[in-house]
Amino acid sequence: MNREIKPSEEQLAYATILDWGMKLGLIGIIITFVIYLFGIFPAYISVEELPRYWKLNVHNYLEVTGIQSGWTWLKLISKGDFLNFLPIAFLAGLTILCYIRILPIFIKKKDTPYVILTLLQILILLLAASGILKVGAH
Amino acid sequence: MEYNEYFKNWEGVAIRVYFVLFLLFLVFFFWDLSLASEVSSHIIEGGSRFPWWAWPLLLFIVTFVLGIIVVLGGVGGGVLFVPIVGGFFPFNLDFVRGAGLLVALSGALAAGPGLLRRGLADLRLSLPLALIASTSAIVGAMIGLSLPKNVVNTFLGLTILGIVVIMLTAKKSEYPEVKKADALSQALKIYGVYYEPTTGKEIEWKVHRTPLALLLFVVIGIMAGMFGLGAGWANVPVLNLLMGVPLKVAVSTSKFLLSITDTSAAWIYLNSGAIIPMIVVPSIIGIMLGSIVGVRILAIAKPKIIRWVVIGLLAFSGLRALLKGLGIWT
Repeated sequence: MNREIKPSEEQLAYATILDWGMKLGLIGIIITFVIYLFGIFPAYISVEELPRYWKLNVHNYLEVTGIQSGWTWLKLISKGDFLNFLPIAFLAGLTILCYIRILPIFIKKKDTPYVILTLLQILILLLAASGILKVGAH
Repeated sequence: MEYNEYFKNWEGVAIRVYFVLFLLFLVFFFWDLSLASEVSSHIIEGGSRFPWWAWPLLLFIVTFVLGIIVVLGGVGGGVLFVPIVGGFFPFNLDFVRGAGLLVALSGALAAGPGLLRRGLADLRLSLPLALIASTSAIVGAMIGLSLPKNVVNTFLGLTILGIVVIMLTAKKSEYPEVKKADALSQALKIYGVYYEPTTGKEIEWKVHRTPLALLLFVVIGIMAGMFGLGAGWANVPVLNLLMGVPLKVAVSTSKFLLSITDTSAAWIYLNSGAIIPMIVVPSIIGIMLGSIVGVRILAIAKPKIIRWVVIGLLAFSGLRALLKGLGIWT
């Protein structure tokens, strides 16, 4: 890129957090999946049993397996299959961290419209991540 | 001269023959796969006759090939992943859509830092659009997980066939002309400049029709969440043709936008229990490794053929989803 054209401070800050987080998350996904495949921790649903469940819709799947929706997977984190949720949730939450990083930059620049946009986006993503918005039965 | 033309004609014929053969191979491959998935779903009532690892391994191979195709075809991973895996694997569409969103999200997260640092993706342009699209994606995900499978399949099929029409008809504009930036984009200071290495020039850009684009992003967000498709196929035309963003910035900003839009929908799928790591992880790894190989092949590939392969695959899998939804080809 031309040396004279430099992206804004907030854009570079966002990129830095995204870069580190993305690498960490993807490495985490591979490590936890290897742990799962090699059965280092026992799985909640054994891999041999999985084909019985993956054809069910999500409501029947939760009912039959006794898995609860929302953040309750954290209680099952010692199980090999649910350990994989940790890097997946981290990757899904990474954008929130990036927004939290750029918020003070917009505040410092007194860029009111973007302070409001950033705050609203953080709230929306936190709402999605909270588990309040779940889907009921078909 | 005649001699050269003779060979050029034969080269053209050979390319068409290879293309038809490749499409036939894909049709038979997926046809066979769909039959196998039906057989296995009947058998697994009393235990599968296939070893448990057969489907994840096949999923890894298919997503690896898809990873190559998406790079060469210039499309996102989700748009091919959901109809193909949903149509030809025994997994329920709920889990396929959850995996599709995470596949699209991972690809967008991986591409994001480079695009932002090089100034090709623009944060100021992305933030307002992302807020609208990610909020709508939550609604879309909740609708998608509430609707019966056949309804989702029918709408998915129609959407995929609609994407095929867009791919066949939509024009692209390298540097669209924007005579006057609209009031909203001026108030939000949405404009930029980037360095174009092919011409050695700095390209300045501004946007117009921002309010209409925001409205369209409501629809794009809902569809992204509902079908787990990613939304690059819709983002790029809106950014490029409607708002007047230069093509390179439009494609890059679209890719970055997916990392925000898909995040909100992914959380809904995650919190609703629609994530099975045995489906998600081989898909993410497969498509990422395939993309790395795809980038290497990109230098020697013929983009026109790949574009037709992508369109052929989309048309076939879209038709499959539609017929599945209508109960004609279950």
